[in-house]
Amino acid sequence: MTNHWIDIKNSDAVLIIGSNAAEHHPVAFKWIQRAKDNGAVLMHVDPKFSRTSARCDFHVPLRSGTDIAFLGGMVNYIIQNNLYFKEYVVNYTNATFVVGKDYAFQDGLFSGYNPTTRKYDKSKWAFEKNKDGGPVIDTTLKNERCVFNLMRKHYSRYTLKNVSDVTGVSEENLRKVYDAFCATGRPDKAGTILYALGWTQHTVGVQNIRTSTLIQLLLGNIGVAGGGINALRGEPNVQGSTDHALLYNNLPGYIALPLSSWQTLAEFQKANTPVTTLKTSANWWSNRPKYMVSLLKGWFGDAATKENDFCYELLPKGEPGEDYSYMYAMDRTYNGKMRGGFVWGVNPMSSFPNTNKMRTALDNLDWLVCCELHNSETTDNWRRPGVDPKACKTEVFLLPSAHRIEKEGTISNSGRWLQWFDQAVKPAGEGRCFADIVVPLFNRIRELYKTEGGTLPDPILKMHWTEKFDAAEWTRRINGQFWQDTEVNGKLYKRGQQVPAFGVLKDDGSTSSLNWLYAGSWTEEDGNKSKRRNTTQTPMQAKIGLYPNWSWCWPVNRRILYNRASVDVNGKPFNPEKPVIAWQDGKWVGDVPDGPWPPLAMEGGKLPFIMCKDGCAQFYGPGREDGPFPEHYEPAETPLANHPFSKQLVSPVYKFHTTPHDKIALPADPKYPIVLTTYSLTEHWCGGGETRNVPNLLEAEPQLYVEMSHELAEEKGIKNGDGVILESPRGRVEAIAMVTIRIRPFTVMGKTLHLVGMPFFAGWTTPKCGDTTNRLTVTAYDPNTTIPETKVCCVNLRKADKLTEIG
Amino acid sequence: MQSTRRSFLKGVGAGVLCLTLGQMGFDLGEAKAYVRKLKIEGAKEVISICPFCAVQCQIIGHVKDGKLVSTEGDPDYPINEGSLCAKGAALFTMYTSDHRLKKPMYRAPHSDHWEEKSWEWTLDQIAHRVKETRDRDIILKNDKGQTVNRFETMFWMGTSHASNEECAVIHQALRGLGVVHMDHQARV
Repeated sequence: MTNHWIDIKNSDAVLIIGSNAAEHHPVAFKWIQRAKDNGAVLMHVDPKFSRTSARCDFHVPLRSGTDIAFLGGMVNYIIQNNLYFKEYVVNYTNATFVVGKDYAFQDGLFSGYNPTTRKYDKSKWAFEKNKDGGPVIDTTLKNERCVFNLMRKHYSRYTLKNVSDVTGVSEENLRKVYDAFCATGRPDKAGTILYALGWTQHTVGVQNIRTSTLIQLLLGNIGVAGGGINALRGEPNVQGSTDHALLYNNLPGYIALPLSSWQTLAEFQKANTPVTTLKTSANWWSNRPKYMVSLLKGWFGDAATKENDFCYELLPKGEPGEDYSYMYAMDRTYNGKMRGGFVWGVNPMSSFPNTNKMRTALDNLDWLVCCELHNSETTDNWRRPGVDPKACKTEVFLLPSAHRIEKEGTISNSGRWLQWFDQAVKPAGEGRCFADIVVPLFNRIRELYKTEGGTLPDPILKMHWTEKFDAAEWTRRINGQFWQDTEVNGKLYKRGQQVPAFGVLKDDGSTSSLNWLYAGSWTEEDGNKSKRRNTTQTPMQAKIGLYPNWSWCWPVNRRILYNRASVDVNGKPFNPEKPVIAWQDGKWVGDVPDGPWPPLAMEGGKLPFIMCKDGCAQFYGPGREDGPFPEHYEPAETPLANHPFSKQLVSPVYKFHTTPHDKIALPADPKYPIVLTTYSLTEHWCGGGETRNVPNLLEAEPQLYVEMSHELAEEKGIKNGDGVILESPRGRVEAIAMVTIRIRPFTVMGKTLHLVGMPFFAGWTTPKCGDTTNRLTVTAYDPNTTIPETKVCCVNLRKADKLTEIG
Repeated sequence: MQSTRRSFLKGVGAGVLCLTLGQMGFDLGEAKAYVRKLKIEGAKEVISICPFCAVQCQIIGHVKDGKLVSTEGDPDYPINEGSLCAKGAALFTMYTSDHRLKKPMYRAPHSDHWEEKSWEWTLDQIAHRVKETRDRDIILKNDKGQTVNRFETMFWMGTSHASNEECAVIHQALRGLGVVHMDHQARV
């Protein structure tokens, strides 16, 4: 989230799209309702009417997978009707930047496309450069190749009619949402966009979110109270686990995975340190070398020296352009290229798409280590229905893990608040927390390398490690420490003491930090700030519910990101009623500002988007794999044969695999005419591996069901409560029919189109509840993130004569 | 001492009991006896956090004689203000579930059942599997002769259930081994 849960109450218009917040974040929904109490308009745009819709002023049903069309229509509406916040757009965004001559867009394709590799040559999208290498800027917005005018042209095709034809939303409903949300283009109004997996799980997931960026920047809604683009994160510590990068492509703190093309630390630093020519740009990532070296120092301690590149050479290097994500790991497992795997605290044999492929793939492992609270479809894959255990060679180690209440440490909430939790009781039985397993396991491996030798022992043996896990010690290591006595502003810090903030991190080996973003969370001066439970606020902070003294928030306790964009160039809040920061008597008050510099118009002032190289937010994003502007493409599996925006039906660059299990139906395949979308439930968490084993939750939601309209049910001769069989090119699933007005037929391109919805909590290890919906979903992925398109695929369904999975 | 919302509510609660019932002439003996019998009487309060979505509602665990006797939403936490959803409210049942795994288990190749094992044996076996696989497969140089130190034939999946400290420990260990196939729920 750019903002945080409580801040939603400050909004004048709340657009919930790609999320069912009331059911998936029920407790936080109170802050959305408080916005309504304060006079805000609440809108829910989603294929299905849910409890979120019921609490909103209106619900607008949208065909799954058409969000870019819907939002692109709003971009066009804002520009055509002059509803944008011009001062914000001109001063704080790249709308004024001139794009180079090589950029073009024709009939659904951007320039630089190679159909053989299915990739773009992104150098074609570069900005026009000045003699000094900096951007050419036209603040009059008259240059026809400035971003604003290219954007205007790009979205001119997104007319109400075209958008309505594709999305299935009536023009009247489109206008209703556009008018209500665009009213926040005024300086003193704020609108927030709340999304979740309904946006990310698409072959155009990143561009769904990018389109919301366009809208929020046009309306001046980023950085202000009640504004922002807010990912309602659904997993317990997915913020923290992303920050600490349990992800192939990052090191902790959003530092790239080293690649083979960067053989030395100097090569790595050069490729990962952006340079700006603009004096007004803070270009915060120019500090990245300090964070990288401090990370290496944290990992390798005294073994990391300037002479040995701080042990950079020892790290694994990926190949440029290679994908090592979940889906690729499973595809390589399917193809016999993996020998062993660890699957901890996740149940992919229920929650991954195209589960029949995944289950078959897992049989190819020699060994598997799981660590769970309960047996799951993953731990017990070797005895799944229809399979003879004797045929499965995989050796499985299943370790009992500890529950949250049985361990201590910190997690980071969706608003980036770092929160300490205490251990209430010891783990049940012989259960252990994850780290109490990894630390002794790694120590055994170290011991083996010490005594037996082996290939490349150095990265294992040279690590700054520990004999026994102590959560607090690692919270301190994450914050970072001095490795030599250092004076900071006249104060002497001894070797081993905590660094006070990331501002003091260095690239000379004198400091360590396992994640620079968390530097300042545990200091010598204030101790462990994640334990703070102080609700005091200044009157200015209390007005917007900032709670700066409760816990701590990264970065540097800044509660609202990009808050320099909430004030004008003189530091005066755009909305004087709900100021986030303000420049008063030569200093900033309110939230922690995005950097200490004075307002932009003053000597030494800086632009607000400090993480962007040139300080400006990006309407035009030349770094993405699928284009600098979001463009509507149909989902990989679509009921349409064409759409009015271009001849390019689906994304030209989405990723997929090619095993016999990776089938994708042809466009408008009459065998699979119905769109399926999937979702979670309040009572079950994701694939249900944990909650199905809690009797009261299972009793509340005991069986897999499929929601369908009365019209479709009648067409298929299905009654409420009947057994139903659903089929996609990849699998077959049984479910109970829930015939409901919550889902209604769409009119798309002049024809009636049916959509059905299913939760995906079920799994065969829980008797009679059904098995996973994901046997139907598709293995097609976003080209930027490789997130699978679990929110849309095409199916057919019929009334079942007999059910075998559901009792 | 800082007056928290919770201590304030407790005070009001006690006050209401005394004023209303006492003044109305009820015999408070029975009520007092009931209060004494509350299962959280004398329990230690421990602050934990709900293990599901990233609202991270704070939860008070009541612990007596080393046992968890009750869980409830923390009214002081500015976000949840004491409330919990169905999953959060079921935390206590999750803790007491008899379906929980309590010991390390092992399934041998081609076997049709689980066997109980000790931690000692289990960690030793896994350490050997990792080392044997790594020593056999780690790629020190790529086709171009560049140093890559990449252990490609073992993957790690999970988890957003881990604390920040656990993530730091896991990430450091994996990169030390040379693992590149690592991923978790942020990507599904």
